[in-house]
Amino acid sequence: MSDEKPAAKAPAAQPKSPAPAAVRLESVLSKRGYLSFAVLLALSVAIVPILNGLPPDSALHLPDYLVTLFGKFFCFATVAVAMDLLWGYAGILSLGHGVFFALGGYAMGMYLMLAIGDAGVYRSKLPDFMVFLDWKELPWFWKPFDNFLVACLAAMLVPGLLAYCFGFFAFRSRIRGVYFSIITQALTFALMLLFFRNETALGGNNGLTNFKEIYGYSLHEQGTKLMLYMLSAAGLFVAFLIARFVTTSKAGRVLRAIRDEESRTMFAGYNPTNYKLFVYTLSAVICGFAGALYVPQVGIINPSELQPSNSIEMAIWVAVGGRGSLIGAPIGAFVVNGAKSWFTVAMPEFWLYVLGALFIAVTLFLPQGLVGALERVRVKK
Amino acid sequence: MKIRIPTILVGVLGLIAGACKGPSAGTSPAPAESAKAPDAALAPAPAETAASETGPIKVGILHSLSGTMAISETSLKDVALMTIEQINQAGGVLKRKLEPVVVDPASNWPLFAEKARELIQKEKVSVVFGCWTSVSRKSVLPVFEELNGLLFYPVQYEGEESSYNVFYTGAAPNQQAIPAVEYLMGAKGGGAKKWVLLGTDYVYPRTTNKILRYFLTSKGVPEANIMEKYTPFGHSDYQTIVADVKKFAAGTPTAVVSTINGDSNVPFYKELANQGLKASDIPVVAFSVGEEELRGIDTKPLVGHLAAWNYFMSIDTPENKKFIADWKAYAKAKNLPDADKRVTNDPMEATYIGIKMWAQAAEQAGTTNIDAVRQAIGYQTVKAPSGFVISMDAKNHHLHKPVFIAEVKADGQFQVVEKTEGPIRAQAWSPFIPESSKKVADWTFPWVCGNCTEAKFKSEAAVAAAEPAAK
Amino acid sequence: MPKLFAKILLLCALFAAFSSPARADQLSEDLRALNSSDRGKVESAVNSILARRDAQALSILVALLDDQLQVDAAGNAYRVAEDGSVTVLSPGAPPKPENGKPPLVDNQLRRTLEPAIASLRLTSPDKDVRLEAAEDLAKRRNDELAPVVRKALSVEKDSEVKAKLELALAPLDLSGTDVALKLRALHAIEASADPNFKPDVERVLERTPSGEFVEKNPEVRLAADSAKAAIELRALWFGLIGHLFYGLSLGSVLLLAALGLAITFGLMRVINMAHGELLMIGAYSTYVVQKAFQSYLPDHSDWYLVFSIPVAFVVSAAIGVLLERSVIRFFYGRPLETLLCTWGISLILIQTVRLIFGAQNVTVANPSFIAGGVELLPGFVLTYSRVAVILFAAVVVAFVWFMLQRTPLGLHVRAVTQNRAMAASMGISTRRVDMWTFGIGSGVAGLGGVALSQLGNVGPELGQGYIVDSFMVVVLGGVGKLAGTLAGAFGLGIVNKLLEPVAGAVLGKIAILVFIILFIQRRPQGIFALKGRAAEVS
Repeated sequence: MSDEKPAAKAPAAQPKSPAPAAVRLESVLSKRGYLSFAVLLALSVAIVPILNGLPPDSALHLPDYLVTLFGKFFCFATVAVAMDLLWGYAGILSLGHGVFFALGGYAMGMYLMLAIGDAGVYRSKLPDFMVFLDWKELPWFWKPFDNFLVACLAAMLVPGLLAYCFGFFAFRSRIRGVYFSIITQALTFALMLLFFRNETALGGNNGLTNFKEIYGYSLHEQGTKLMLYMLSAAGLFVAFLIARFVTTSKAGRVLRAIRDEESRTMFAGYNPTNYKLFVYTLSAVICGFAGALYVPQVGIINPSELQPSNSIEMAIWVAVGGRGSLIGAPIGAFVVNGAKSWFTVAMPEFWLYVLGALFIAVTLFLPQGLVGALERVRVKK
Repeated sequence: MKIRIPTILVGVLGLIAGACKGPSAGTSPAPAESAKAPDAALAPAPAETAASETGPIKVGILHSLSGTMAISETSLKDVALMTIEQINQAGGVLKRKLEPVVVDPASNWPLFAEKARELIQKEKVSVVFGCWTSVSRKSVLPVFEELNGLLFYPVQYEGEESSYNVFYTGAAPNQQAIPAVEYLMGAKGGGAKKWVLLGTDYVYPRTTNKILRYFLTSKGVPEANIMEKYTPFGHSDYQTIVADVKKFAAGTPTAVVSTINGDSNVPFYKELANQGLKASDIPVVAFSVGEEELRGIDTKPLVGHLAAWNYFMSIDTPENKKFIADWKAYAKAKNLPDADKRVTNDPMEATYIGIKMWAQAAEQAGTTNIDAVRQAIGYQTVKAPSGFVISMDAKNHHLHKPVFIAEVKADGQFQVVEKTEGPIRAQAWSPFIPESSKKVADWTFPWVCGNCTEAKFKSEAAVAAAEPAAK
Repeated sequence: MPKLFAKILLLCALFAAFSSPARADQLSEDLRALNSSDRGKVESAVNSILARRDAQALSILVALLDDQLQVDAAGNAYRVAEDGSVTVLSPGAPPKPENGKPPLVDNQLRRTLEPAIASLRLTSPDKDVRLEAAEDLAKRRNDELAPVVRKALSVEKDSEVKAKLELALAPLDLSGTDVALKLRALHAIEASADPNFKPDVERVLERTPSGEFVEKNPEVRLAADSAKAAIELRALWFGLIGHLFYGLSLGSVLLLAALGLAITFGLMRVINMAHGELLMIGAYSTYVVQKAFQSYLPDHSDWYLVFSIPVAFVVSAAIGVLLERSVIRFFYGRPLETLLCTWGISLILIQTVRLIFGAQNVTVANPSFIAGGVELLPGFVLTYSRVAVILFAAVVVAFVWFMLQRTPLGLHVRAVTQNRAMAASMGISTRRVDMWTFGIGSGVAGLGGVALSQLGNVGPELGQGYIVDSFMVVVLGGVGKLAGTLAGAFGLGIVNKLLEPVAGAVLGKIAILVFIILFIQRRPQGIFALKGRAAEVS
């Protein structure tokens, strides 16, 4: 965390020739870093299934509903890493990342919808809502989603493609800062309206739901849920590693340079557009991946995921955790969502106060987020 | 490239530990119960079941208290709490108190599913009362079916559904929409020849309008005389649409069937009034506008527009008087905002009936076991505030409900102009939709299916023959 | 309306002399029948009262239509107004009704009553009353009243009223056989160009399946052709004018919603996500003022709106100042953090309002002087509340412009936003200027809330619906330029309304958003770009 600033100030200190990827992996994390990474990975992936597997009357038993809940949190944490990569390292605050998350979710949702086959309400090959609306055949863009692998790929490629196109125009015309935040907000708002329409053929307001199975496994089985949980947990670590790989590379340093002083970087001979475009697209792909894992776990995807407020919340996870560290962001996602889950039960009337106060307090008193605060405490000692 | 390992380790571990503890810290009795379970462990029954046979009965309430749906759902939460309080004052159920567990799914559909799971698995509630929108119901439905929970859904909806785990206490389309349209077709209602089907773009209006379209064509209304229009959620500018309706209606008796949802009603009615569309010229019948929604509207220009429900606050019966008095007293006692002006409406009555029915059924079954209670709920009857004896249909899990059609009065209340002779049976599957017309919802033997075209069991004899073979 | 009522009362007085006691018994019988639960009886009672065709019948029927009639056990009629004042409608009855029962009025009855009352008014000596009655009759076809209308037409002198009466008779005349009457009807329709008569005209032009005209007379067909053309031309024009007006009114709504933001975001660069909530607070202030008027000054309750304008401004401005002092001032120069922090503030404000006023919407009634509208021409209604909002938007813009351009505070604000350091070194207290600017911006948002309360619902989530639109308007117009905000709002409003009939409400809105996104990418500085260095500061 402390190494960001100097690196940003000294783009000249970059190595002359980038090392091959295999060698580069060594510099992504330190030895101790890799060690703790492995420990954490093992812990996250394994501990929940183990605790869940304990007999129900054991004090340490983890109830089933918490497995899905944690799975959901890990998906959010993955999104937070993607946000941090973009905001913390490139200084681009996107308030439309819900779009990519939702697109990934929809891609997976479409597969899951088709996987229902004719076990739906109307016993038709078509998804129920299409029968409802008197459609006679599957719209063309639904057809490829019959295939699980295609759906998985699309869950990442579609958000990536959209991000690439949108980013291409936005960054080329040098839209930055607040303007970028606002037009990404408009993007998510426009897509929300689009997806709300029943004619869009994505289920309208209800979205896609009532899934039965994924890749042949029933979604109601605890085993499938544990599997999805473990995938989500592992997904976070993969995303983290990718993000870390990017930020420790030369491109990462250029990005930080752009964040801190865009014009100067440009004069130094770098084209900010390409770097920004790359990181924006990558971030969208990671979000799409998280969305695809999220949907089978919560069992529904609908346009409310595209509400501007959802995307703002994503930014808030990063702010709460602390940006520019890649570690703070997922922590922020856990803290905010954990608080939300808890307070909506413990004090349903007042949880918005708690949440609101948390945002104000963090931005006001912890500009570096929770991780930054921890760091400061540690340094003081 | 140094990462401060201890910091991270401590942080993340602490976090995981915190998250594990977090949600369960809200109500500590659950682990405590299982901790003091040694004596129960000797008994054949598992610890949790033993614990849940004594002490208060937990009842889940799953209504949004924040977000866009809070406007409608908060009063359902309040009326549910009131009914539970009444039952407790009368001695509870099975000599045990009911303990409401209120959660806030915040108008967020995935959160509905999460909270439903939490209520059933963590809180181990015996029944859940909740949901308003179709999408929230669709979102929790798989959870209730997977975990074998019990949900009472209190709002009028589009039908086309019957779940083993859900009891529908709101109206199906044939208990609301079709009688209203029949009324407007008749001489009394103005003999409408042209129809405007106006709704918010989501599944309830779409389905209702689909059913109505089939119904209208079956009555000989040509397609050209039906205009169907949808607006997005939260649409607030109805200038163009009202002008279009006027243009469409020119010179012919026309009625508007509005399935406009929630917040959009105020701008719609305001525009209607300001553009001078009177109820005597073009009546608007709404299926989502009740007393609660009219509280936010200046009703003077709306006099004469219609609504169709299974209950109105203005219905003059002793049961209703008591219901309203109880509600007002409760609102006052609990210091709810604007307590003296609180009104009752159809979904509130449906919530009330649902809780009463569940309590009766649990009493009758002698247990809160979900399978036993579900069997007992069918055929339960309750003398409802509407003045009718309402019964639950054991076959399709819907209530038999009377239908009232009423006109808006200047004081924000309704004046009933037409009602059915008695309660009508709900049609879970609309006979007017070709794909649904052959479907049967019947959870009794030999069908045991909410969505079938033939019975699951052929006949008793066939089952008897199959049973020994299976053994 | 009160004036009209006075005239009717005068009519009553004129006719009072004619009412004979012999018919009085029949009348009280009919009046009692009004309270019958048998709708058939009620209907025949109304017809029987109508058949009297005198002033007393008129005043009784008017009271019935207004839902203010009460009938006591003896069959005496009273008009009991909302404020409780009683007018005795039956001569010789006691001054107050005893156990008076209001008869139920439903649509069915209203449909009988409205043309009936109009036909009674046709004999009024006052031209305006007759004209209005004739218009009513033209709007609501009722063949049973045709003889009465014909009689009135034969004695009518005023050409305006005559035209309306001819129009009222047109559908009946067109389905008759008299060619002269048909031509008269078609000319009347052509002159009015009222789209309500289009189906009647089209019926004249119908052909049988074998291709022959149903109407044999070519002269009538010719007249029908030109009447149809007139209606269609009118419809085209008013469609266009209508869309422009709707666009203008939507634009002024957007403008009012965005103007406050144009100050806080445009000038101060504070990304105020709680801006929507300031609108909401303005709307709730209106509600509170209305409530206060209803309980303390019920006679002048219409004036609450005028009074609520300063109240909403002050309340929102005060909350704005409070926010600025307590939180936002720590974030100057860190726009993205401001965004998150103000988002938290907005959550808190929403929940606070929800806990105080309840989650339900609250009623804000249009005062009578802006309720309703004037049907400028058939098919196009200019609603007063929309006109009022457009005017109000103009006033608020003028106010903001004056504040910024013609006051010392405005000078300081402009100085600070253009060059903070320089302004500070010239002795301007930048902190105080920040506070006031933010306060004024918030206050203007509150004014927007007053306007929104007249058009839509007032609930805790009111502001959430406008926040994205507000930002769009400001960004599209060009940050930091009042004229840009103006152009952005009206441009969006009008384009939106022109697109809506073509593409539908949803697609229209999506198209607009896509257009904005593309536009900003072409011209990141908005329609009105700031020149020079100011544009680079963001």
